[in-house]
Amino acid sequence: MATYELIVVGGGPAGLAAACQAWEKGLRHILILERDSELGGILNQCIHSGFGLQRFREELTGPEYAGRFIEMLGDTGVETRLDTMVLQIVPGKDGAPHQVHAVSAKEGYQVLEAQAVVLAMGCRERTRGAISIPGERPSGIFTAGAAQRYLNIEGYMVGRRVVILGSGDIGLIMARRMTLEGAKVLACVELMPYSGGLMRNIVQCLQDFDIPLYLSHTITDIKGHDRVEQVTVSEVGPDRRPIPGTEMVFDCDTVLLSVGLIPENELTRAAGADMDRRTSGARVYENMETSIPGIFACGNVVHVHDLVDYVSAESERAGAAAAAYVQGKRAEATARTLELKNGDGVSYTVPQTVRPDEAGKTVEVFFRVNRVTGPAAIAVRDGEGNSLTGFRRAHLAPGEMEHILLPGNLVRSAKGPVTISIEEDKGGSAR
Amino acid sequence: MKELVCIVCPRGCRLQVDEENGYAVTGNSCPRGAEYGKNELQHPTRVLTTTVRVTGGVHSRLPVKTSTAIPKALLFEAMEMANAICVAAPVQPGQVIVENLLGTGADLIAGRGIAKG
Repeated sequence: MATYELIVVGGGPAGLAAACQAWEKGLRHILILERDSELGGILNQCIHSGFGLQRFREELTGPEYAGRFIEMLGDTGVETRLDTMVLQIVPGKDGAPHQVHAVSAKEGYQVLEAQAVVLAMGCRERTRGAISIPGERPSGIFTAGAAQRYLNIEGYMVGRRVVILGSGDIGLIMARRMTLEGAKVLACVELMPYSGGLMRNIVQCLQDFDIPLYLSHTITDIKGHDRVEQVTVSEVGPDRRPIPGTEMVFDCDTVLLSVGLIPENELTRAAGADMDRRTSGARVYENMETSIPGIFACGNVVHVHDLVDYVSAESERAGAAAAAYVQGKRAEATARTLELKNGDGVSYTVPQTVRPDEAGKTVEVFFRVNRVTGPAAIAVRDGEGNSLTGFRRAHLAPGEMEHILLPGNLVRSAKGPVTISIEEDKGGSAR
Repeated sequence: MKELVCIVCPRGCRLQVDEENGYAVTGNSCPRGAEYGKNELQHPTRVLTTTVRVTGGVHSRLPVKTSTAIPKALLFEAMEMANAICVAAPVQPGQVIVENLLGTGADLIAGRGIAKG
C-alpha cells in the first residue's frame, strides 16, 4: 500500500495552497488527488479578473491565479494524481494512518495511506431553486456555473435571451459574460431584498450593461415545450411569498440559476467528522483540524468564501497544521476548548471552536452576518458578557464575508464561551 | 456631486465625486479609488476578459484579457475582434494574442498556457 505523510483531496485553490504550505513546512511525501484532468479547480472557468488583489497585490483572472499556485507546486516534489476520484476516507484509530480509497481509469481502485489528510473538495451549486420553481420542464435552464463552463471552457453559447434567478456572484459575472457574447440579459431576479453578490459585481456586471436587478422578486412560472419560451416574475412580500397581481412576463430562451453554493461534504460525513448545520461544512478548530485528529479541511468545503485570496490563506493554515501534526505536534484529546458562539446578527463562525492553548499569536475568525446594516460594531464578548474587543464596520451585508483577528492572549484568558455579535449604531451616532 | 461604488477591489467603497470641483473624490479608502472615481465620470475604462478559439490543444478555448483597461465604449468592438481570432496550440501563458488592440495601447494576452492535445 502506498503511504504518504499527507494526502490532499482536491487540486483547486484550497488543495494547492495546503499542499504547497505543507511542503514548505518540511513534509516530503505529499499527494494531491484531483478528479478533473488538470489542477486549478473552478478557477479554470472563472476567466474574469478580480482575483489576487489581497494575495498578489494585482488583479488576476481565475486561470492566472491558479497558474501562480500550479507553478509554485511545480517547484516542490508534491505528487499529483489527476482524473482520480476519492470514494472514501477511513480514519485511523488512535493516531494510526488514515486510509484513502480512490479510483481512476488509469490505475483502477487504489487504497492509499496517509498520516494526515486535508479535505479540499470545494462546493457545488445549489439546484433546489430549480425544483421549487413552478411551471414546465423545458431545456434551457442551467446553473450559472454550468453555463460558465459551457461558454468559457467548451465554447458553447447556452442561450440568446436570458433571465437570471439569484444575484450570487457567479450569476452576476455570467450576466456580463453572456451580454458581451451577444446575448440579451433581460433581468436578474433576487428573492431577498438585498443582493447575495459583491457590490462591485452589481456595478460592473449589471449596471454597466443596463441590466435590471429586481430585488424581492422571484420566478413564479416557466413556460416552454422543448425549450424555455417565457418566464413569469413576481414580487414577493416580507414573507417571501409571491404577491398576486405583480406578475411580469419575459420572453426568453434561457434561465440561469445563481441560488447559492453547498460545500461538497459526502466524504467528510462518511468519515464521521462532526458537521456544522449552518455552514454545511465540518466543524473545525483554529488550525482547520476537524473533529477527527489528523484530518483537516479548508476552502469552500468548510464554508463558502467570496474571495479566493481568503481560501488560499485559510488553506495554508490547514497545510501548516497538517505538517505540524505529521511532525508530532498533536493537540491532546483533553486540550481545553473554547466555543465561538453566534450572537445577534451573526449566522456562523469559522472556526467554531478554539483550543486556546494551541492558538498562536492571533486567531483568524471568518463569519457572515444575517442582515444588511449601516455603521456597526462587531462585538466580541466573553461568557459573562464582558467586552473583549470590538471592530468597526461602515456597513455589513450577508453577501460579504467578514473576518477578524482575535489576539491569542485574549482568547487564552477569556472566561467561558466567546460570543460574536453585531451591534448596530443607533441613529447614526458614533460609538 | 455624483455617488459611485468603487469597483477597484471587493471592498466596494461608496465614493462621492464632485464634478464641479475638479472631480474631487471622497469616500475612498485608497489612492486607486480616487483615481477610479475621477476616471469613471470622464472616460470610464474596463479590463476585458473573454476567450478565443484555439486549435490543436487540450482545450478548444483560450482565456484572454486586455493587458490594461480599455475604454468602456470599445468593449463590444473588442469582443467582435476576439471572436474572429483563432490561435494554434501550444500557447504560452502571457503570450500576446493581439498587439495594440483597436489602437488602445492594450494587448490581448493569454491567461493560461494550452498544451498541444
